[in-house]
Amino acid sequence: MSTAHVLLGLLAGGPRHGYDLKRAHDERLPQAKPLAYGQVYSTLGRLERDGFVEQSGQEQEGGPERTAYTLTDSGRERLAQWLTEIEPPAPYVTSTLFAKVVVALLAADADRARDYLAAQRSAHMTRLRELTAVKSAPGATVGDVVAADYAIGHLDADLRWLQTTLARVADLQKEVTA
Amino acid sequence: MTAPLLTGTGITKDYGATPALRGVDLSVAEGEIVAVTGPSGCGKSTLLHCLAGILRADHGSVVFRDQNIGMWSEAARSRLRRSEFGVLFQFGQMVPELTAAENVALPLLLAGSGRREAREAALAWLDRFGVADVADQMPGAMSGGQQQRCAVARAMVTRPRVLFADEPTGALDQLNGEQVMQAIVRAVREEGTAVVLVTHEAPVAAYADREIVLRDGAVDPTGLGVGAP
Repeated sequence: MSTAHVLLGLLAGGPRHGYDLKRAHDERLPQAKPLAYGQVYSTLGRLERDGFVEQSGQEQEGGPERTAYTLTDSGRERLAQWLTEIEPPAPYVTSTLFAKVVVALLAADADRARDYLAAQRSAHMTRLRELTAVKSAPGATVGDVVAADYAIGHLDADLRWLQTTLARVADLQKEVTA
Repeated sequence: MTAPLLTGTGITKDYGATPALRGVDLSVAEGEIVAVTGPSGCGKSTLLHCLAGILRADHGSVVFRDQNIGMWSEAARSRLRRSEFGVLFQFGQMVPELTAAENVALPLLLAGSGRREAREAALAWLDRFGVADVADQMPGAMSGGQQQRCAVARAMVTRPRVLFADEPTGALDQLNGEQVMQAIVRAVREEGTAVVLVTHEAPVAAYADREIVLRDGAVDPTGLGVGAP
Protein backbone atom coordinates (compact mmCIF):
# COMPACT_ATOMS: atom_id res chain seq x y z
CA MET A 1 0.00 0.00 0.00
CA SER A 2 1.18 3.49 -0.71
CA THR A 3 1.39 5.33 2.60
CA ALA A 4 2.49 8.47 0.75
CA HIS A 5 -0.73 8.61 -1.27
CA VAL A 6 -2.88 7.91 1.78
CA LEU A 7 -1.19 10.82 3.57
CA LEU A 8 -1.81 13.05 0.53
CA GLY A 9 -5.46 11.99 0.70
CA LEU A 10 -5.69 12.78 4.39
CA LEU A 11 -4.24 16.24 3.68
CA ALA A 12 -6.83 16.90 0.95
CA GLY A 13 -9.26 18.20 3.55
CA GLY A 14 -6.83 20.79 4.94
CA PRO A 15 -3.54 21.11 6.80
CA ARG A 16 -2.65 18.56 9.46
CA HIS A 17 0.41 17.82 11.54
CA GLY A 18 2.13 14.45 11.75
CA TYR A 19 0.47 13.24 14.94
CA ASP A 20 -2.94 14.08 13.54
CA LEU A 21 -2.13 12.26 10.28
CA LYS A 22 -1.11 9.13 12.15
CA ARG A 23 -4.38 9.14 14.13
CA ALA A 24 -6.50 9.78 11.02
CA HIS A 25 -4.70 7.01 9.12
CA ASP A 26 -5.34 4.45 11.87
CA GLU A 27 -8.97 5.54 12.25
CA ARG A 28 -9.81 5.51 8.53
CA LEU A 29 -8.00 2.25 7.78
CA PRO A 30 -9.05 0.08 10.73
CA GLN A 31 -7.41 -3.35 10.99
CA ALA A 32 -4.45 -2.04 8.96
CA LYS A 33 -1.05 -2.13 10.60
CA PRO A 34 -0.94 1.07 12.68
CA LEU A 35 1.31 3.67 11.09
CA ALA A 36 4.52 4.33 13.03
CA TYR A 37 5.24 7.99 13.83
CA GLY A 38 8.67 7.61 12.31
CA GLN A 39 7.13 6.51 9.03
CA VAL A 40 4.73 9.49 9.02
CA TYR A 41 7.58 11.95 9.41
CA SER A 42 9.91 10.23 6.97
CA THR A 43 7.11 10.04 4.38
CA LEU A 44 6.21 13.71 4.93
CA GLY A 45 9.88 14.53 4.47
CA ARG A 46 9.97 12.79 1.10
CA LEU A 47 6.66 14.36 0.01
CA GLU A 48 8.03 17.78 0.95
CA ARG A 49 11.27 17.13 -0.90
CA ASP A 50 9.29 16.16 -4.03
CA GLY A 51 7.12 19.26 -3.75
CA PHE A 52 3.83 17.47 -3.00
CA VAL A 53 3.39 18.99 0.48
CA GLU A 54 4.73 22.05 2.23
CA GLN A 55 4.92 23.28 5.78
CA SER A 56 2.05 25.61 6.60
CA GLY A 57 2.85 26.71 10.12
CA GLN A 58 3.59 25.63 13.65
CA GLU A 59 1.06 24.59 16.25
CA GLN A 60 1.56 24.41 19.96
CA GLU A 61 -1.41 23.53 22.14
CA GLY A 62 -0.02 22.77 25.56
CA GLY A 63 2.40 20.22 24.12
CA PRO A 64 5.44 20.16 21.93
CA GLU A 65 5.52 22.36 18.86
CA ARG A 66 4.10 20.63 15.81
CA THR A 67 4.59 21.39 12.16
CA ALA A 68 1.44 21.40 10.05
CA TYR A 69 1.64 20.29 6.43
CA THR A 70 -0.56 21.20 3.51
CA LEU A 71 -0.97 19.85 -0.03
CA THR A 72 0.64 21.80 -2.86
CA ASP A 73 -0.99 22.02 -6.33
CA SER A 74 1.48 19.42 -7.48
CA GLY A 75 0.43 17.20 -4.55
CA ARG A 76 -3.22 17.59 -5.52
CA GLU A 77 -2.38 16.57 -9.08
CA ARG A 78 -0.38 13.56 -7.90
CA LEU A 79 -3.27 12.46 -5.68
CA ALA A 80 -5.84 12.84 -8.48
CA GLN A 81 -3.61 10.84 -10.78
CA TRP A 82 -3.18 8.03 -8.22
CA LEU A 83 -6.94 7.77 -7.79
CA THR A 84 -7.40 7.12 -11.51
CA GLU A 85 -4.58 4.55 -11.73
CA ILE A 86 -5.83 0.97 -11.79
CA GLU A 87 -4.01 -1.44 -9.49
CA PRO A 88 -3.03 -4.24 -11.88
CA PRO A 89 -4.23 -7.68 -10.75
CA ALA A 90 -1.14 -9.64 -9.74
CA PRO A 91 0.50 -10.93 -12.93
CA TYR A 92 2.29 -13.80 -11.16
CA VAL A 93 1.04 -16.44 -8.76
CA THR A 94 3.30 -15.73 -5.83
CA SER A 95 1.98 -17.32 -2.68
CA THR A 96 4.04 -18.73 0.14
CA LEU A 97 1.20 -21.19 0.72
CA PHE A 98 1.54 -22.57 -2.80
CA ALA A 99 5.34 -22.55 -2.69
CA LYS A 100 5.33 -24.39 0.62
CA VAL A 101 3.15 -27.20 -0.71
CA VAL A 102 5.40 -27.68 -3.74
CA VAL A 103 8.55 -27.58 -1.62
CA ALA A 104 7.03 -30.01 0.89
CA LEU A 105 6.50 -32.47 -1.96
CA LEU A 106 10.00 -31.91 -3.36
CA ALA A 107 11.87 -32.01 -0.05
CA ALA A 108 9.67 -34.43 1.90
CA ASP A 109 6.46 -36.19 0.87
CA ALA A 110 2.68 -35.92 0.47
CA ASP A 111 2.11 -36.40 4.20
CA ARG A 112 4.25 -33.36 4.97
CA ALA A 113 2.25 -31.33 2.47
CA ARG A 114 -1.04 -32.55 3.98
CA ASP A 115 0.12 -31.79 7.53
CA TYR A 116 1.04 -28.29 6.42
CA LEU A 117 -2.31 -27.76 4.65
CA ALA A 118 -4.22 -28.91 7.76
CA ALA A 119 -2.21 -26.67 10.11
CA GLN A 120 -2.59 -23.71 7.75
CA ARG A 121 -6.35 -24.25 7.55
CA SER A 122 -6.59 -24.21 11.33
CA ALA A 123 -4.67 -20.90 11.51
CA HIS A 124 -6.83 -19.37 8.76
CA MET A 125 -10.04 -20.44 10.53
CA THR A 126 -8.83 -18.86 13.79
CA ARG A 127 -8.18 -15.57 12.00
CA LEU A 128 -11.53 -15.82 10.20
CA ARG A 129 -13.27 -16.14 13.59
CA GLU A 130 -11.38 -13.12 14.95
CA LEU A 131 -12.37 -10.96 11.98
CA THR A 132 -15.97 -12.17 12.13
CA ALA A 133 -16.04 -11.09 15.79
CA VAL A 134 -14.62 -7.68 14.81
CA LYS A 135 -17.33 -7.03 12.25
CA SER A 136 -20.12 -8.43 14.45
CA ALA A 137 -19.17 -6.39 17.53
CA PRO A 138 -21.93 -3.97 18.57
CA GLY A 139 -19.67 -0.91 18.19
CA ALA A 140 -18.21 -1.89 14.81
CA THR A 141 -17.96 1.04 12.39
CA VAL A 142 -18.65 0.68 8.68
CA GLY A 143 -14.88 1.02 8.24
CA ASP A 144 -14.31 -1.94 10.57
CA VAL A 145 -16.85 -4.02 8.63
CA VAL A 146 -15.44 -3.12 5.21
CA ALA A 147 -11.87 -3.80 6.36
CA ALA A 148 -12.88 -7.15 7.89
CA ASP A 149 -14.86 -8.05 4.73
CA TYR A 150 -11.75 -7.56 2.62
CA ALA A 151 -9.65 -9.87 4.78
CA ILE A 152 -12.45 -12.43 5.22
CA GLY A 153 -12.88 -12.67 1.45
CA HIS A 154 -9.18 -13.35 0.98
CA LEU A 155 -9.00 -15.87 3.82
CA ASP A 156 -12.03 -17.64 2.38
CA ALA A 157 -10.32 -17.83 -1.01
CA ASP A 158 -7.23 -19.31 0.65
CA LEU A 159 -9.36 -21.81 2.56
CA ARG A 160 -11.03 -22.99 -0.63
CA TRP A 161 -7.62 -23.33 -2.23
CA LEU A 162 -6.26 -25.28 0.76
CA GLN A 163 -9.14 -27.70 0.48
CA THR A 164 -8.96 -28.29 -3.26
CA THR A 165 -5.19 -28.56 -3.10
CA LEU A 166 -5.42 -31.28 -0.48
CA ALA A 167 -7.57 -33.26 -2.89
CA ARG A 168 -4.87 -32.79 -5.56
CA VAL A 169 -1.77 -33.44 -3.43
CA ALA A 170 -1.19 -36.97 -4.67
CA ASP A 171 -1.47 -35.95 -8.32
CA LEU A 172 0.75 -32.93 -7.73
CA GLN A 173 3.33 -35.15 -6.06
CA LYS A 174 3.46 -37.42 -9.09
CA GLU A 175 4.00 -34.40 -11.31
CA VAL A 176 6.70 -32.66 -9.27
CA THR A 177 8.65 -35.85 -8.56
CA ALA A 178 8.34 -37.31 -12.07
CA MET B 1 -16.08 -27.09 31.88
CA THR B 2 -19.86 -26.92 31.58
CA ALA B 3 -21.63 -30.28 31.29
CA PRO B 4 -22.80 -30.85 27.71
CA LEU B 5 -26.41 -29.99 26.98
CA LEU B 6 -26.60 -32.34 24.02
CA THR B 7 -24.30 -35.26 23.34
CA GLY B 8 -24.24 -37.55 20.35
CA THR B 9 -22.10 -40.66 20.85
CA GLY B 10 -21.12 -43.17 18.20
CA ILE B 11 -23.86 -42.05 15.84
CA THR B 12 -24.18 -44.39 12.89
CA LYS B 13 -26.70 -44.07 10.09
CA ASP B 14 -27.00 -45.93 6.80
CA TYR B 15 -29.25 -45.13 3.86
CA GLY B 16 -29.78 -48.64 2.53
CA ALA B 17 -26.32 -49.95 1.70
CA THR B 18 -24.79 -46.48 1.82
CA PRO B 19 -23.23 -45.46 5.13
CA ALA B 20 -23.98 -41.79 5.91
CA LEU B 21 -22.55 -41.58 9.43
CA ARG B 22 -19.90 -43.89 10.82
CA GLY B 23 -19.68 -43.41 14.55
CA VAL B 24 -19.75 -39.64 15.06
CA ASP B 25 -19.30 -38.12 18.52
CA LEU B 26 -20.34 -34.53 19.11
CA SER B 27 -21.33 -32.61 22.20
CA VAL B 28 -22.71 -29.11 22.56
CA ALA B 29 -22.59 -27.09 25.77
CA GLU B 30 -25.29 -24.71 26.94
CA GLY B 31 -25.15 -21.56 24.81
CA GLU B 32 -22.37 -22.89 22.58
CA ILE B 33 -22.38 -22.52 18.80
CA VAL B 34 -20.84 -25.53 17.07
CA ALA B 35 -20.38 -25.57 13.31
CA VAL B 36 -20.49 -28.87 11.46
CA THR B 37 -18.71 -28.48 8.16
CA GLY B 38 -17.38 -30.64 5.38
CA PRO B 39 -17.89 -31.25 1.68
CA SER B 40 -21.20 -32.20 0.08
CA GLY B 41 -22.28 -35.71 1.01
CA CYS B 42 -20.06 -35.95 4.10
CA GLY B 43 -23.07 -36.57 6.36
CA LYS B 44 -23.41 -33.21 8.06
CA SER B 45 -27.14 -32.78 7.40
CA THR B 46 -27.80 -36.38 8.43
CA LEU B 47 -25.93 -35.70 11.68
CA LEU B 48 -28.08 -32.62 12.33
CA HIS B 49 -31.24 -34.64 11.62
CA CYS B 50 -30.13 -37.37 14.04
CA LEU B 51 -29.20 -34.87 16.79
CA ALA B 52 -32.50 -33.03 16.36
CA GLY B 53 -34.45 -36.28 16.58
CA ILE B 54 -35.82 -35.93 13.05
CA LEU B 55 -34.03 -39.15 12.09
CA ARG B 56 -33.29 -42.01 14.42
CA ALA B 57 -29.67 -43.17 14.38
CA ASP B 58 -29.06 -46.85 13.58
CA HIS B 59 -26.54 -47.08 16.41
CA GLY B 60 -25.27 -44.73 19.10
CA SER B 61 -27.08 -42.37 21.40
CA VAL B 62 -28.30 -38.78 21.44
CA VAL B 63 -28.56 -37.52 25.00
CA PHE B 64 -30.32 -34.25 25.77
CA ARG B 65 -30.39 -33.21 29.42
CA ASP B 66 -29.48 -36.73 30.57
CA GLN B 67 -32.19 -38.41 28.50
CA ASN B 68 -31.48 -40.62 25.51
CA ILE B 69 -33.92 -39.09 23.06
CA GLY B 70 -32.96 -41.68 20.47
CA MET B 71 -35.09 -44.12 22.44
CA TRP B 72 -38.10 -41.84 22.45
CA SER B 73 -41.17 -42.34 20.24
CA GLU B 74 -41.61 -40.19 17.14
CA ALA B 75 -44.41 -38.31 18.92
CA ALA B 76 -42.21 -37.53 21.93
CA ARG B 77 -39.34 -36.38 19.69
CA SER B 78 -41.78 -34.27 17.72
CA ARG B 79 -42.92 -32.57 20.95
CA LEU B 80 -39.29 -31.92 21.81
CA ARG B 81 -38.81 -30.17 18.45
CA ARG B 82 -41.77 -27.93 19.23
CA SER B 83 -40.42 -26.90 22.61
CA GLU B 84 -36.77 -27.42 23.50
CA PHE B 85 -35.41 -27.63 19.95
CA GLY B 86 -35.73 -25.13 17.11
CA VAL B 87 -35.05 -26.20 13.54
CA LEU B 88 -34.10 -23.97 10.63
CA PHE B 89 -33.47 -25.11 7.06
CA GLN B 90 -31.81 -23.56 4.03
CA PHE B 91 -35.12 -22.58 2.47
CA GLY B 92 -37.18 -21.19 5.35
CA GLN B 93 -40.01 -23.61 4.61
CA MET B 94 -42.63 -21.09 5.57
CA VAL B 95 -46.23 -22.22 5.18
CA PRO B 96 -47.19 -20.34 1.99
CA GLU B 97 -50.86 -19.91 2.93
CA LEU B 98 -50.05 -18.15 6.23
CA THR B 99 -48.75 -14.63 6.85
CA ALA B 100 -45.32 -14.12 8.41
CA ALA B 101 -46.85 -13.50 11.84
CA GLU B 102 -49.07 -16.59 11.53
CA ASN B 103 -46.05 -18.68 10.52
CA VAL B 104 -44.05 -17.49 13.51
CA ALA B 105 -46.99 -17.96 15.89
CA LEU B 106 -47.58 -21.53 14.68
CA PRO B 107 -45.17 -23.36 17.04
CA LEU B 108 -46.72 -21.56 20.02
CA LEU B 109 -50.26 -22.42 18.92
CA LEU B 110 -49.23 -26.06 18.47
CA ALA B 111 -47.80 -25.96 22.00
CA GLY B 112 -51.13 -24.72 23.36
CA SER B 113 -50.68 -20.94 23.62
CA GLY B 114 -53.67 -18.65 23.12
CA ARG B 115 -54.05 -16.82 19.79
CA ARG B 116 -53.44 -13.33 21.12
CA GLU B 117 -50.43 -14.38 23.20
CA ALA B 118 -48.95 -16.27 20.23
CA ARG B 119 -49.43 -13.32 17.88
CA GLU B 120 -47.87 -10.88 20.32
CA ALA B 121 -44.84 -13.13 20.76
CA ALA B 122 -44.58 -13.60 16.99
CA LEU B 123 -44.64 -9.84 16.40
CA ALA B 124 -41.97 -9.31 19.06
CA TRP B 125 -39.70 -11.91 17.41
CA LEU B 126 -40.28 -10.51 13.94
CA ASP B 127 -39.30 -7.13 15.35
CA ARG B 128 -36.11 -8.59 16.86
CA PHE B 129 -35.14 -9.84 13.41
CA GLY B 130 -35.98 -6.54 11.71
CA VAL B 131 -38.96 -7.87 9.73
CA ALA B 132 -41.90 -6.50 11.73
CA ASP B 133 -42.99 -4.61 8.62
CA VAL B 134 -43.80 -7.84 6.75
CA ALA B 135 -45.80 -9.38 9.63
CA ASP B 136 -49.02 -9.47 7.63
CA GLN B 137 -47.50 -10.41 4.29
CA MET B 138 -47.58 -13.85 2.71
CA PRO B 139 -44.17 -15.53 2.22
CA GLY B 140 -44.56 -15.30 -1.54
CA ALA B 141 -44.55 -11.50 -1.33
CA MET B 142 -41.31 -11.38 0.69
CA SER B 143 -37.66 -11.43 -0.39
CA GLY B 144 -35.55 -14.50 0.36
CA GLY B 145 -33.76 -12.64 3.15
CA GLN B 146 -37.05 -11.58 4.75
CA GLN B 147 -38.42 -15.12 4.53
CA GLN B 148 -35.33 -16.55 6.16
CA ARG B 149 -35.46 -14.00 9.01
CA CYS B 150 -39.10 -14.97 9.57
CA ALA B 151 -38.02 -18.61 9.58
CA VAL B 152 -35.40 -17.82 12.23
CA ALA B 153 -38.06 -16.01 14.27
CA ARG B 154 -40.28 -19.10 13.99
CA ALA B 155 -37.42 -21.37 15.08
CA MET B 156 -36.70 -19.14 18.09
CA VAL B 157 -40.24 -18.21 19.17
CA THR B 158 -40.50 -21.14 21.60
CA ARG B 159 -37.15 -20.04 23.12
CA PRO B 160 -35.53 -23.41 22.40
CA ARG B 161 -32.44 -24.60 24.26
CA VAL B 162 -30.88 -25.83 21.01
CA LEU B 163 -31.26 -24.36 17.54
CA PHE B 164 -30.45 -26.69 14.65
CA ALA B 165 -29.62 -24.68 11.55
CA ASP B 166 -28.97 -26.52 8.28
CA GLU B 167 -27.24 -24.23 5.77
CA PRO B 168 -29.32 -21.29 7.05
CA THR B 169 -27.78 -18.84 4.58
CA GLY B 170 -27.26 -21.25 1.69
CA ALA B 171 -30.02 -19.74 -0.44
CA LEU B 172 -29.06 -16.11 0.20
CA ASP B 173 -26.58 -13.70 -1.34
CA GLN B 174 -23.58 -12.71 0.76
CA LEU B 175 -25.00 -9.56 2.33
CA ASN B 176 -28.38 -11.09 3.17
CA GLY B 177 -26.64 -14.22 4.45
CA GLU B 178 -24.46 -12.13 6.70
CA GLN B 179 -27.43 -10.21 8.08
CA VAL B 180 -29.27 -13.45 8.81
CA MET B 181 -26.21 -14.98 10.52
CA GLN B 182 -25.64 -11.88 12.63
CA ALA B 183 -29.32 -11.85 13.63
CA ILE B 184 -29.13 -15.53 14.60
CA VAL B 185 -25.94 -15.08 16.61
CA ARG B 186 -27.24 -12.00 18.41
CA ALA B 187 -30.50 -13.73 19.35
CA VAL B 188 -28.93 -16.99 20.52
CA ARG B 189 -26.33 -15.14 22.58
CA GLU B 190 -29.08 -13.12 24.24
CA GLU B 191 -31.18 -16.22 24.87
CA GLY B 192 -28.29 -18.53 25.78
CA THR B 193 -29.39 -20.95 23.07
CA ALA B 194 -26.94 -23.59 21.89
CA VAL B 195 -26.62 -23.97 18.11
CA VAL B 196 -25.69 -26.83 15.82
CA LEU B 197 -24.85 -25.01 12.59
CA VAL B 198 -24.39 -27.05 9.43
CA THR B 199 -22.58 -25.22 6.65
CA HIS B 200 -20.02 -25.74 3.93
CA GLU B 201 -19.02 -22.07 3.95
CA ALA B 202 -15.99 -21.14 6.07
CA PRO B 203 -17.20 -17.53 6.65
CA VAL B 204 -20.46 -18.93 8.08
CA ALA B 205 -18.62 -21.48 10.22
CA ALA B 206 -16.54 -18.59 11.57
CA TYR B 207 -19.56 -17.38 13.55
CA ALA B 208 -19.31 -20.57 15.65
CA ASP B 209 -17.29 -21.03 18.82
CA ARG B 210 -16.03 -24.36 17.57
CA GLU B 211 -16.05 -26.39 14.39
CA ILE B 212 -16.08 -30.08 13.65
CA VAL B 213 -15.34 -31.24 10.14
CA LEU B 214 -16.87 -34.41 8.71
CA ARG B 215 -15.38 -36.50 5.98
CA ASP B 216 -17.17 -39.57 4.60
CA GLY B 217 -19.45 -39.77 7.63
CA ALA B 218 -16.75 -39.48 10.30
CA VAL B 219 -15.07 -36.63 12.16
CA ASP B 220 -11.96 -35.55 10.26
CA PRO B 221 -9.22 -34.62 12.75
CA THR B 222 -7.23 -32.78 10.06
CA GLY B 223 -10.13 -30.35 9.63
CA LEU B 224 -9.75 -30.40 5.88
CA GLY B 225 -12.68 -32.66 5.08
CA VAL B 226 -10.91 -34.03 2.03
CA GLY B 227 -9.42 -37.46 1.89
CA ALA B 228 -6.18 -38.47 0.28
CA PRO B 229 -7.16 -39.61 -3.22
